[in-house]
Order: sequence, then structure tokens, then C-alpha cells
Amino acid sequence: MKIDARYVAELARLELSQKELEIFQPQLESIVKYVEKISEVDVEGVKPMTHAHSRVNAWREDEVKPSMDREAALANAPARLGDEFLLPKIVEGAES
Amino acid sequence: MELKGLGIKEAKALLDSGDATSSDLVKAVAEEYRARNGEIGAYLTFDEEAALKLAAENPKAIPIAIKDLINVKGQPCTCGSKILEGYVSPYDATVVRNLKANGFIPCGRVNMDEFAMGSSTENSALGVTRNPYDLSRVPGGSSGGSAAAVGGDLCIAALGTDTGGSIRQPASFCNCVGVKPSYGRVSRFGVTAFASSLDQVGPMTKSVEDAAILLKALAGLDPMDGTTSDMPVPDYAKALEGASLKGVKIGIPKEYFDVAGLDAEVRRITEESVKACEAAGAELVEVSLPHTEYAMSVYYIIAPAEASANLARFDGVRYGHRSAHAKDVLSLYAKSRAEGFGPEVKRRIIIGTYVLSSGYYDAYYGRAQKVRALIKRDFDEAFAKCDALLTPCAPTPAFKLGEVLDPLTMYLNDLSTIPAALAGVAADSIPAGFTREGGLPVGVQFISGAFEEEKLLRICKAFENITNI
Repeated sequence: MKIDARYVAELARLELSQKELEIFQPQLESIVKYVEKISEVDVEGVKPMTHAHSRVNAWREDEVKPSMDREAALANAPARLGDEFLLPKIVEGAES
Repeated sequence: MELKGLGIKEAKALLDSGDATSSDLVKAVAEEYRARNGEIGAYLTFDEEAALKLAAENPKAIPIAIKDLINVKGQPCTCGSKILEGYVSPYDATVVRNLKANGFIPCGRVNMDEFAMGSSTENSALGVTRNPYDLSRVPGGSSGGSAAAVGGDLCIAALGTDTGGSIRQPASFCNCVGVKPSYGRVSRFGVTAFASSLDQVGPMTKSVEDAAILLKALAGLDPMDGTTSDMPVPDYAKALEGASLKGVKIGIPKEYFDVAGLDAEVRRITEESVKACEAAGAELVEVSLPHTEYAMSVYYIIAPAEASANLARFDGVRYGHRSAHAKDVLSLYAKSRAEGFGPEVKRRIIIGTYVLSSGYYDAYYGRAQKVRALIKRDFDEAFAKCDALLTPCAPTPAFKLGEVLDPLTMYLNDLSTIPAALAGVAADSIPAGFTREGGLPVGVQFISGAFEEEKLLRICKAFENITNI
């Protein structure tokens, strides 16, 4: 199986250098080839297992509870402007 | 105060008799840290002042080393990654709150493979951890810092996490007891997620009794983790009283012994463990788990898939590393992640994104979930015939630093620990012997049904009694 590692990395918002690509490409192909072993298994009529046990829903009362303090939440921000996380402009044409 | 042989039970006795306070214990651990962490590298950071402050608030508490992906308020939480260098946790994980409420305090942050991806701790971006039994060898991983700290007597006990074997394999390499609880037994709130349908926090200790005491402190329903079970938490330590193997049905799954690459010494020690159980009155039952050979493939689809989603949160926006070279928001994500993540994390993000991508989802992730159901069914059928399974844990003793370079070869370390993780059942590694040459520790794996930790630990206690390690 040929996998386009650069394209898939792009989907994952991950920049790869040419050197990384050359190292990863054969490794990724051998891993994917290995996991393709599951194609041998007859799974006709088997229900997929999404979790290890079948606790369906964990409900709680719909009550307002205190959330993390704003300063604490912002304390690890790489960049901030007042009470907000600061980022490069996202919307094309908007004022930054 | 000597930390060798000082486990939770012994520390409790010192606290109860008044021969030591929590501060004395913290100081003893700190002293060992200063004397020996330089050569072993179990800890990434050790904030003695913070631990002493907690000890002063709770003079009857026992210090526990914490794997560096579990949040402790005011402490770093790097996950072994450059992307989280400088991060300071704004809150305590539920397991940390549980520790504090049950006579323990967090003390020291131990090393790990980056985001718990690896089997040697060599994937840590922040430091090398060495096996205390042979400094040229790895401690295993991903909870390698926890295992080296426990096995090397640099702590009293530690917390690890296990997704595919990350508690059990390092426990085997470093002569510790390591328990991966059933999925849903212990909360993951505040524990950095790797693969959410698999991750569990568990104790890494110097004895089965210590593991039982620590597990009881950790386990239970948590409103902050919807996957936690409301099943009552038994008094695991009490259940160990009078533990015996007489009449216990031990299942021997042949697939775990037919593994290519199973080291001869690991085979010998495991087979001797089986015989020792029989001699102690256990009834051996041959069982078969026919889908075992597919577990690795299933795991290396499901775990990377879930990781690729979980690690999307590391984007340089709210916390963690932000690239200084971004031109716009998309390049800010891509460059921050490129600069922050190490190679194994990148590989798994790519694999995970690939198996989830349009056109491939059904063949990989969808199919893997179905094969996972068959693996779980194998366990259900096996446990209808026996109380617990006994298998090899890691396929080899600890290998040399730098010896395993190929990722797929490294993955094979988890061959025998992955199936129990996929099935969500309880499993552990218990010290079982040492290799004839080199004297490297080897553990064996016991596996029980989900939420049968009481029975599992009872069997392991009886096994521990007959091995005398």
C-alpha cells in the first residue's frame, strides 16, 4: 500500500521536512502493511466494539457549575491579549 | 531512611507508629533523588518544596511518584514532549485528588515515552532513563520513569498509565508489580489522553499488597470521566488475606507461548511460574484465544486513530509550544506541531489520520473495531473456563539503549500485553525471576475478567508468596 505521507500529514496539520518524509515513508508503509493483516479475519455479522464495556450514557443534572478561573486558563497561553488568546488573523479580509 | 524495601505497607507502619512523618518520607525520597537520579534518570523534575508543603498539611501521607502526563496543580506536565515544555498544570487530575483524599501525596514527576508512545522511554524528548538493574539497558516504557523509580528504590511507589502495555512491560523490565486496571475502573480526568478507548491509570509498586492499597485509593466513579464505572470499589488489600492458589483455575493460553521472538529465558521463567502455580495447588487449564495474532494489528489502527484525534489539541493556541515562524493560523498549527512533536508521535499521528481518512475508514478503523470485538469474545470464552490467565509479559528482558531502532520491531514488545488492553480486562505484571546471564528481572502477566481485580490480586499475592522475589 502506497501512502502519501505528506498529504496525510497535511490533513493532520503537521509540517514534515523532506528528510523526515524520506525516513517516515518506508516506516509508515511497513506499519500499514502489518496492520492489513486484519483483512484475513471473517467479520461477517460482528458488531464493532467502540468501548471496552457498555456503559451507555453518563448523565448528570443540568446545573451550572463553576468553571476554571480565567487567569488560570490563560496562564499557559503562548500569547494573549487581555482576557483572550492571541492568534494570527483567521478570517480573510477581516481587520486584524 | 533507606528506601530499599520501603513500600507503602512499610511506610504506613512507620507513620502509624510515629517513627516517621510524611515530611520524613518526602525528605528520604528527595535524598535518594539527589544521590542517584543523575545516573538513573527516573525523574524529570522533583519539587521538594511543593511535596513538603503537602506533607505538612497531611503528616500521615505517603509520597507517590507521578508519571509526567498526570496533572498536579502548579507542577509541570510535559508528557515527555517538547511541545509541553514550560506548561504548568492549572488543576489536579481526579487520581491526584483521590490520592490526597486517601493518605497519599504526589511527589516528583517521572519520565515517559513522549505522549506514552513507546516501549523503552527512549522516545522522551526530555531525558534518558536507565534500567536500575543494568544502566546500559532501557527501563521499558512508556511508564519507564515510574518503573525505574520503583525498581531502583528512588520512590516508595508510583503511578503509571497503560494503553497497550505501558505499565506491565516496564514493570517486567524493572522488577515491579504493575497493574493495569479494567477499563473504567480508574478515572482519566486530568490525564493526557493517548487512546481514549484503552487508557488506564494504575499502580506500580514493590509488592502486590502495595498495589492493592494504591488501587483502592485510585479507583471509583468520577463524574468528570463518563467512562468510569459505578461498580463499588472493594477493599483489595483485605481480599489478600489468606490468599492461596489451591483450587484456582489458571488458564494457559497456547497462543501466548507460540510467539516467534519469545526469549528463551522469558519462556523458561514463565513456564517455571506455571509449574510453581500447579505445585501450589492451582489447576491448570489449557485455553485458546484464537484472535490473539490479530491484536497487534488492531491496536496499531485503533490507538493511532484515537491519538490523532486526541493530539489535535496541541496546536499552539491555548497552551504548549507556538512556532515563531508562522505566517497565518494554518502554518501556526503545522509548524508548532512540527517543532513540538518527536518522530514517534508524528508517525502515529500520520498512521491514525490515514486509517481514519475518507475511503479507508471502513477497511481499517471500522474493521479493527470488529476484530476487537472478536478478541474480547475470546477472553469471555476463556474466563468461562478459568479464574485467570498466566502468560509471558514482555517477550524479552530489558534490551540495550539504542538497540531497537525500527518502529515496528519496537511495537512487538507489546505483543502479549495488547490483547488484554483491547478487551478492557484487568491485567498485571508480577516479578517472576531473573535471567541466568546478567540477572535481568522478568515478570509474568496475569489476566482476569473485567472488574475482577480482587480475584486477580488475590491470585497474584499467592503467586508472590511462592516466588519469594
